[in-house]
Amino acid sequence: MNFAFSDEQEELKKSARRFCEEQYSSETVRRIMETESGVDEELWTRMAQELGWQAMIIPEEYGGAGFGYIELIVLMEEMGRAVVAAPFFSTVCLAANTLLVAGSDEQKQELLPGIAEGTRIATLALTEESGRWDADGVMATYSKNGGDYTLNGKKMYVVDGHTANTIIVAARAEGSTGEDGVSLFVVDAEASGLSRRPLQTMDQTRKQAEVTLDGVSVAGSALVGEEGNAWLAVTKVMDLASVALAAEQVGGAQMCLDMSVDYAKVRVQFGRPIGSFQAIKHKCADMLVEVESAKSAAYYAGWAAREDNEELPITAPLAKAYCSEAYFHCAAENIQIHGGIGFTWEHDAHLYFKRAKSSELMLGDPSYHRELLAQRIGL
Amino acid sequence: MDFDYGPEVEAFRAEVRDWLEANLPAGQEDSIRETFAGDERDTFMRDWEAKLRDAGYIGIAWPKEYGGRGLSTLELLVFNEEMVKARAPQRLNFFGEGLVGPTIMQWGTEDQKKEFLPKILSGEHVWCQGFSEPNAGSDLASLATKAELDGDEWVITGQKVWTTVAQYANWCFVLARTDPEAKKHEGISYLLVPMDQPGIEVRPLKQMTGDSEFNEVFFDEARCPAENVIGGVNNGWKVAMTTLGFERGGSVTTSYLRFSRELRRVIEIAQKFGKTKDPLVRQDLASHFTEVEIMRYSGYRTLTSVLAGKPPGPESSISKLYWSEYHQRVLKTMMDIRGLDGEIIEGEGYELDQFQYAYLFGRSEVIYAGTSQIQRNIIGERVLGLPREPKPEKSLSS
Ligand SMILES: Cc1cc2nc3c(=O)[nH]c(=O)nc-3n(C[C@H](O)[C@H](O)[C@H](O)COP(=O)(O)OP(=O)(O)OC[C@H]3O[C@@H](n4cnc5c(N)ncnc54)[C@H](O)[C@@H]3O)c2cc1C
Repeated sequence: MNFAFSDEQEELKKSARRFCEEQYSSETVRRIMETESGVDEELWTRMAQELGWQAMIIPEEYGGAGFGYIELIVLMEEMGRAVVAAPFFSTVCLAANTLLVAGSDEQKQELLPGIAEGTRIATLALTEESGRWDADGVMATYSKNGGDYTLNGKKMYVVDGHTANTIIVAARAEGSTGEDGVSLFVVDAEASGLSRRPLQTMDQTRKQAEVTLDGVSVAGSALVGEEGNAWLAVTKVMDLASVALAAEQVGGAQMCLDMSVDYAKVRVQFGRPIGSFQAIKHKCADMLVEVESAKSAAYYAGWAAREDNEELPITAPLAKAYCSEAYFHCAAENIQIHGGIGFTWEHDAHLYFKRAKSSELMLGDPSYHRELLAQRIGL
Repeated sequence: MDFDYGPEVEAFRAEVRDWLEANLPAGQEDSIRETFAGDERDTFMRDWEAKLRDAGYIGIAWPKEYGGRGLSTLELLVFNEEMVKARAPQRLNFFGEGLVGPTIMQWGTEDQKKEFLPKILSGEHVWCQGFSEPNAGSDLASLATKAELDGDEWVITGQKVWTTVAQYANWCFVLARTDPEAKKHEGISYLLVPMDQPGIEVRPLKQMTGDSEFNEVFFDEARCPAENVIGGVNNGWKVAMTTLGFERGGSVTTSYLRFSRELRRVIEIAQKFGKTKDPLVRQDLASHFTEVEIMRYSGYRTLTSVLAGKPPGPESSISKLYWSEYHQRVLKTMMDIRGLDGEIIEGEGYELDQFQYAYLFGRSEVIYAGTSQIQRNIIGERVLGLPREPKPEKSLSS
């Protein structure tokens, strides 16, 4: 019985914190967020080649480091703490997970080594204009001609869709509805008929794009998993990505609490530190309770993801719903506790507030995840 | 990370399970209130307690030399888990086995341990907690009950209030002021006082549930031996904090079991009343489920640090705040789901059903063992290190 990180995992956490603090300082994050791409190539390469982060959950046979999900959530937490702006969530948590869950051996051989090395940015294009995360949200279509497939439709809110080299596209068989008929295809970003447009995002640290598929033709070997039967895999990927995102939210929430407590100790009004006023102190106490609870949820979910056991479908949406709300609440309170300075562009509070909101909506909002949970516990 | 208890502990679990199957009468409901009414309940509880004792299931994690079984924290946890799973009634003598016992173990002299600990386990001593006073609740250190040495005895005068089970207890652990000149935290002693004496009068108070669990206790030159001070004269505040730590943190690793069983019942009621189609109810129930699961996960984290030998600290305030506030939310959902059915009392008198009782009792859970506001103060000041509130200036009040 041991619900704690191992010594090696604690070491990883420390080195991740150091790297993020030194390399993804607020100054750097702000520089990256002003760019259209949202990625600093040099840092991205160092992250892969010096630290091996992109390789973390990829098995050794595909050029990865072969670690488990707990190491991944350690990294996600630290990246969340620093609001790291990089295509990590899209490449690793969405695309690599999709390939690991449903990809063929050839697809893994072809795509995972590049991801591990930091030479391939990849993403999953699931959502469309409706913004829905369920199967009905997939309206883009595919049709089969001979051994090839032709894709049509418009994918929206594709995380890092404008910089990805590889886009895994969800589309449905013409005429199909619901979970039936959904398939996944590996599509090269340069494929003819595919065009993309970066979207302006309120959270500038995580970029999104529109990806239009206008008669894009792909070979039969591009199919990920079984034709028409990919929704189960998507569900699993959403669970895994939820766990990763929940860990990122924990890191962000903890940082908001730390900023709040530090400021409440030094800011003096009415002749005393504002942290001595209960209205502020009790906010901080409530934030701590949420942060600690969010940690319990995200870490336990990380364990279930590593074990790939029957608790994952329960604990993943649960963690996503709880950690989303905890992060948002902490980020909002952080602004309030800072007063006017917290409302400035110069102060970092807004970076966290915006990331908290975008990650709360990413993969479905808390109500959506609670409804998933309700269904999965038989309500 | 792993959540395995290991083969030895699992073997112990099997033993406990078999014993419960053979010894706990069938037909237990989730709450003893449903299994038995009024007097029957009291009789059953006493008999059950004796059965546990005879089988060696009291104080199982206490050292053998003080009458315990010397088992590990994990075995204690497994025992508690099986008790809840079997729907065994909640244990009596919480104040003895749960609070004053561990406090004596930490602060007592060898003689005190030998004298008091075995009697807690044998049931000879039934304890109550004499901390709160009419003018000292959250601000416990401003208590006024005083104790003076008269030869080899303390003479105690003052009043305690909200003293749970004082009407059944034959001993009371009392905080009393033994140095009126000292600063308020420094002149307090932790005394062990027999209840059965002319200087003590107990008056039951009726609670909003209709029950009378707590009491007023009047001390009029009540006496106890001079050596019945725990942790040294005028050192009672520190000792009291130990007791409160146990009170706030005591069941963090098993309380989720009770809450999870209760929630399952709430879900059953929602299904029976056709309310689980309502999206708002679904949201609430999923939220409650989430919070109970998090209680379980957090319990594992606490357990991990307990097993690593870290004593319970001010962090126990986090779990106290979390579960007590959670409980109010789920009970509100339960009342909303039942609608006016929740208002109807079946049978005679004010005999509430399990949920009605829980709903009303929930109001006290955010008050006793330190109110939610006090927990937030502790978390803010002792865990996060935020500055204390300045003391009001005395000169202004005169
Ligand atoms: C069911 C039940 C059983 C109990 N059993 C026992 C027992 O066995 N033994 C025992 O000794 N005591 C017992 N108590 C007493 C309990 O510990 C006290 O009620 C509690 O500590 C609060 O004290 P009080 O009632 O005097 O309220 P007060 O301290 O007067 O508080 C009133 C309100 O003021 C708020 N408040 C007070 N101080 C502050 C502050 N600094 N900052 C912000 N808000 C503040 C409180 O949060 C509360 O909302 C029991 C209480 C209940 C309800």
